[in-house]
Amino acid sequence: MASTTTAFEKARAEDRAALVGYLPAGFPSVDGSIAALRTMVEAGCDVIEIGLPYSDPVMDGPTIQAAAQQALERGIRTRDVIDVVQAVAETGVPTLVMTYWNPVERYGVERWATDLAAAGGAGLITPDITPDHGGAWSAAADAHDLDKVFLVAPSSTDERIAMTSAASRGFVYAAAVMGVTGAREATSDLAGPLVARVRASGDIPVAVGIGVSTGDQAAEVAGFADGVIVGSAFVRALLDHPDDEAAGLAALRTLTEDLAGGVRRG
Amino acid sequence: MPEALVKALDELTVAWQDAMADEAFVSEFERVLRDYAGTPSRLYHAERLSRQVGARVLLKREDLNHTGAHKIRNVMGQALLTKRMGKTRVIAETGAGQHGVASATAAAWFDLDCTVYMGAVDTRRQALNVARMQLLGAKVVPVESGSATLKDAINEALRDWVASVDHTAYLFGTAAGPHPFPSMVRDFCRGIGDEAREQCLEQYGVLPDAVAACVGGGSNAIGLFTAFLEDEGVEIHGFEPGGDGVETGRHAATIHAGEAGVLHGARTYVLQDEDGQTVESHSISAGLDYPGVGPQHSWLAAMGRATYTPVTDRQAMDAMALLSRTEGIIPAIESAHAVAGALDVARRLGEEKGPDATVIINLSGRGDKDMGTAIEWFGLGDAEGEAEPVVATAPGEEA
Repeated sequence: MASTTTAFEKARAEDRAALVGYLPAGFPSVDGSIAALRTMVEAGCDVIEIGLPYSDPVMDGPTIQAAAQQALERGIRTRDVIDVVQAVAETGVPTLVMTYWNPVERYGVERWATDLAAAGGAGLITPDITPDHGGAWSAAADAHDLDKVFLVAPSSTDERIAMTSAASRGFVYAAAVMGVTGAREATSDLAGPLVARVRASGDIPVAVGIGVSTGDQAAEVAGFADGVIVGSAFVRALLDHPDDEAAGLAALRTLTEDLAGGVRRG
Repeated sequence: MPEALVKALDELTVAWQDAMADEAFVSEFERVLRDYAGTPSRLYHAERLSRQVGARVLLKREDLNHTGAHKIRNVMGQALLTKRMGKTRVIAETGAGQHGVASATAAAWFDLDCTVYMGAVDTRRQALNVARMQLLGAKVVPVESGSATLKDAINEALRDWVASVDHTAYLFGTAAGPHPFPSMVRDFCRGIGDEAREQCLEQYGVLPDAVAACVGGGSNAIGLFTAFLEDEGVEIHGFEPGGDGVETGRHAATIHAGEAGVLHGARTYVLQDEDGQTVESHSISAGLDYPGVGPQHSWLAAMGRATYTPVTDRQAMDAMALLSRTEGIIPAIESAHAVAGALDVARRLGEEKGPDATVIINLSGRGDKDMGTAIEWFGLGDAEGEAEPVVATAPGEEA
């Protein structure tokens, strides 16, 4: 299993931020998502985040929700997500799952951790479970040596940031804006201070997500964060080419290269 | 819940607990309800209905409150709290529109900006309430995502709240969602049960043998039930939306047919599939069309203190017609679920204990908003009389 920590250390050794790329499993299809995620790896993503499509994605904006909804309508199952993880993890890039909690609980927390680890998955990003309510997951993750990536927000108190940093493994996900996922024209002025507050609580890498869609934005965020997380922009690249897989993958490759260049300029 | 909302929920918890411990706040809340919302609502003896079932049927007339439902209690409490917290904007979700109208009303009265999220499907079946909200000054946002019903409206309202939490309060419409909403909504609605208990003792000298309410998220039900939880001799009945019948899969009977899970920040019973994906619920009543339920109801069901039974769309509509014809009261379809189920309870209790057996039904709202559905269901509105007359039957009777 590839290590998320190692990926961040490698990027830090190169004096740059890591690029974390997100797509939902099963979008535009199970095989299509594998092809797309592998393209993102080839074009420069250092860490891959695979979304588990969920019916009630409270923290996601319309772009990612549309993709997840499409995956659900085409019959994606939790087991399929594990299979996508396996196919992507085989590339050697650390591969995490971003999931809301209920599907994990339904699958069985211990069973989930076992299957995810067996597939080569690196861990979980949990947008609707905080460490103080994530005891079952933390125990299972510890038992299987899986990463636990919890989120902090601009509204988080210093006490909660410290608690979240201490409970996380792999990196801390800094939600850069008070809002849901989705590309924005300007990066948030809340991101820098939030990253600084996380840094003050320990030395775990901190990656910034929500709102980045261009190389220039990635460069800006890379100037103060250990990682830049991009999701909606990748989804958009595929949504813009609904009937032409080759064109979608080409757009994805171009975007990834732009973003990978960005994190190296930052 | 997302970390982004933790601070807001913590602040709300502290503010609500401080407010409820502040005599001035409680006194102001009671004054607003009395002078503006029109409480206490009447406890009315439905004599004609009582004769049909052989027991004393009492209706807690929440339908007579300002805006036509119990919802006004909750929103006036939450809006008063919003002012106390110094916030200037409120958001709300709504299914049938009752909570949206109540929220828009409270926002107008308290001079707050108001945005109401409503499933696009519901905006079509509750067009009158959309117009009412707009007239009251609220912005109504149709939600097209997911199943375009109440749960998706909640998702969208939560998204708004994440982005606006510094100046916006979320007037949650039911006793579900993350803490402190279930307890806070219960507190603001518990006047229903407190009044009904006192009125029943005052008017009849006894406690009721049973109390009954419909349960979607469960705000009117928990408001009624709370006063009677310690009265061991009082049966507590919640009636869930059985839709086309639980066996068909097209229903919203969450406690009866759901399983434990997490939805909208609460651990409760949820209609979900094998993968934990929320299953689309169905009810003829948009206000009950929710695949989760307030966690306190899940607890009451699990400990056996309350009984939850599904009532089908047809049974509810039959009860709507029955109450209209026998008492001249057109109930909300939500409330008609409680009437349908409670009359079976009343008939049983009448047989066991005689005609003084007493059942309180919470008539949580009036049916004006549901006339479009009623027109379609019963084939009404043809002045030439071509439509078949509505046949009103009591439970257990042949049509």
